[in-house]
Amino acid sequence: MGIRAAEGLEIDGFTLGKQVHQGGFATIWDVTHPKHKLPMVMKVPTIMDGYDGPTIVGFEVEQMIMPRLLGTHVPRVIAVGDFARLPYIVTEYIAGGSLLERYKKAPLPIDDVVDMAARMAGAVHELHRQQVIHLDLKPANFLCRASGEMVLVDFGLSRHGQLPDLLAEEFSIPMGTFAYIAPEQFLRERGDLRSDLFALGAMIYEAATGKLPFGAPEKLPAVRRRLWEDPVPPRALRAEIPEWLQEVILHALEVDPSARYQTAAQMRYDLTHPAQIRLTARAHRLAQDGFWVRRSRKAKMGRIKAFAPPPSMARQIERAPVLLVAVDLAPEMEALGDKLRLTIQRMLNNRPDARVACVNVIKTARLGIDATTDASGTNLHVARLVGLRTWAEGIDLPIDRLTYTVLEGSDPAAAIIEHCEAMRVDHIIMGARASNAGRRFLGSVSAKVVAEAGCSVTVVRRREAMEETSLAPADKCAQ
Amino acid sequence: MRSAILTDIHANREALEAVLADLEGRSIDRLVFLGDLVGYGPDPDWVLGKVETLVARGALAVRGNHDRAISAPDGAMNPAARRVIDWTVNRLNARQKLFLSDLPMSLQDGDVLFVHASANDPQDWLYVTDAHRAMPSFRVSAARLIFVGHVHVPALYSEDRNGRVAGFDIPFGTPIPLISSRRWLGVVGSVGQPRDGTGQASYCILDHASREVTYRRVGYDAALTAKKSRAAGLPERLAQRLMQGV
Repeated sequence: MGIRAAEGLEIDGFTLGKQVHQGGFATIWDVTHPKHKLPMVMKVPTIMDGYDGPTIVGFEVEQMIMPRLLGTHVPRVIAVGDFARLPYIVTEYIAGGSLLERYKKAPLPIDDVVDMAARMAGAVHELHRQQVIHLDLKPANFLCRASGEMVLVDFGLSRHGQLPDLLAEEFSIPMGTFAYIAPEQFLRERGDLRSDLFALGAMIYEAATGKLPFGAPEKLPAVRRRLWEDPVPPRALRAEIPEWLQEVILHALEVDPSARYQTAAQMRYDLTHPAQIRLTARAHRLAQDGFWVRRSRKAKMGRIKAFAPPPSMARQIERAPVLLVAVDLAPEMEALGDKLRLTIQRMLNNRPDARVACVNVIKTARLGIDATTDASGTNLHVARLVGLRTWAEGIDLPIDRLTYTVLEGSDPAAAIIEHCEAMRVDHIIMGARASNAGRRFLGSVSAKVVAEAGCSVTVVRRREAMEETSLAPADKCAQ
Repeated sequence: MRSAILTDIHANREALEAVLADLEGRSIDRLVFLGDLVGYGPDPDWVLGKVETLVARGALAVRGNHDRAISAPDGAMNPAARRVIDWTVNRLNARQKLFLSDLPMSLQDGDVLFVHASANDPQDWLYVTDAHRAMPSFRVSAARLIFVGHVHVPALYSEDRNGRVAGFDIPFGTPIPLISSRRWLGVVGSVGQPRDGTGQASYCILDHASREVTYRRVGYDAALTAKKSRAAGLPERLAQRLMQGV
């Protein structure tokens, strides 16, 4: 490495401008390139003279992972530089800056906390879907696009489920930022996406209360304490925090990964549907556990070497999906509704951590007055909600994993598809009426959903006038 | 450029055919054979004919220990393997034997080295089964990428900038970036006698431009090969081995 980054340096067609950031392990520079017109930055690792394994390997990991990431929640990679000359990564410049500035003003207004948390969870889920666990989530590693979308940066400690883990044997101490890392990260686990959910929980705690749930420990024994010491409940620090938000935060901060949210999508779902969250004892706590409780927990957790091994990332996301079931409540559809419920039940047997969103669509007139603005419309809305709940009574699922939504739209299929995109639904289950000439000609709701939804769709149909009924699965994966 | 790297075909026609079929449509520019074309399996004549044709069209090939045993007895071989070598010798013509004995021990292509067993002592047919055994190959060779076969179980090792060698779990079917700050040694799994427990033929695709390697597995009709093996009177254990992939 004969070359050092400096203003005015030209390398591979890039010209370095001002240094925009100097961190402990890397510097960030404004760069220009005659062929790339968008605003860009170059990240260059700060490699000490002599042996500097962790910095080098961390940067190698970024160079491996970042070019493989897609979507708006990660910076687009323009070029990667060779270690033989100057190691670097050039990415698009994200104008909005990091969350660090906003966190300096914490505690933030509750509405802002919730809105920001939902967007953070959405970004993290997009990363997890690409088989990457970040493992170093903190305010400085979330940038914000002008459009409000969160962008994750700094993948130097990340784990890609389908790439060799160069970091597996690199560090002799736990990696990550001590204020935010999950207990299992302290125990050297690098393969659990739920570690990121713990860090998210710690970040929401901080945004809501202005305090870190476990302080800012610098030494390892202090990090270890989170294996048995529960944080001060957020509402004890700020009474205006709603109980449901405390429920979300403490759910994410559960010590055992299997007791936490199982995917970021589930967390996002709760943050965007607070009315549907079932409050547990977590929501009502106003003080830390007493001395003796913590002491007995320490006796147990102090010895623990590892939690149950996490399932693979793909498995984890697959086994904790958000299922959407579109229910037609018309009287003649009752038998089909029974069949739909049976299908859901069967799917839940294989996916114990799934959530089910029950949806019914009120078809509104294409033109004219919105049906729900008048009294009868409101009544219809309530009646449909009650109908959904009644329909779902037979489903054997903890109440907090079932939600009910009534949508409205002149095009029911479009309303369902739009809702699925917004809710990051993984799988739609819906019924189809028996085929007839008119429907074939006009096109049915289910046909349109199958054709246009971005996720898998299972269509349930009842075979008329036959004893045996069978499924007509129509799966379509768009990944 | 993209190379498909095949090794340890071991006279298994069905497995080679399955792998060649799998290569269709994958934009492969060149084939590389890492040795052990013969031995163990019942179709040495057909496999050699096929590989000779491919080599005449530009494929690369190096020699393995079974290929060498055709012309020079190998005292280190197990009795079953030796029995099949004796059987194979009688089924090959002079030209085929000459083809095998003319194969080079290793081939260097730019900064990529191809060799059957190990870079450090190609003649000794060492098994690169862990990071410790991979290290000497990195020490003697300056190649950035080394590909070997011989072990019959796919694996991947790298040497970092400080000379430390580590092995990694390999994902199948997805391209693995062989980043340029490290040197890499890929152990290619066997086409014709898989021993990684799956019973599927295994090979690698190397993309020279993007420096990515993809490990692939391909199912083939092992029952047919096993049947031919028994019909030829080859040791029963070898037929069973094909079915179990061990």
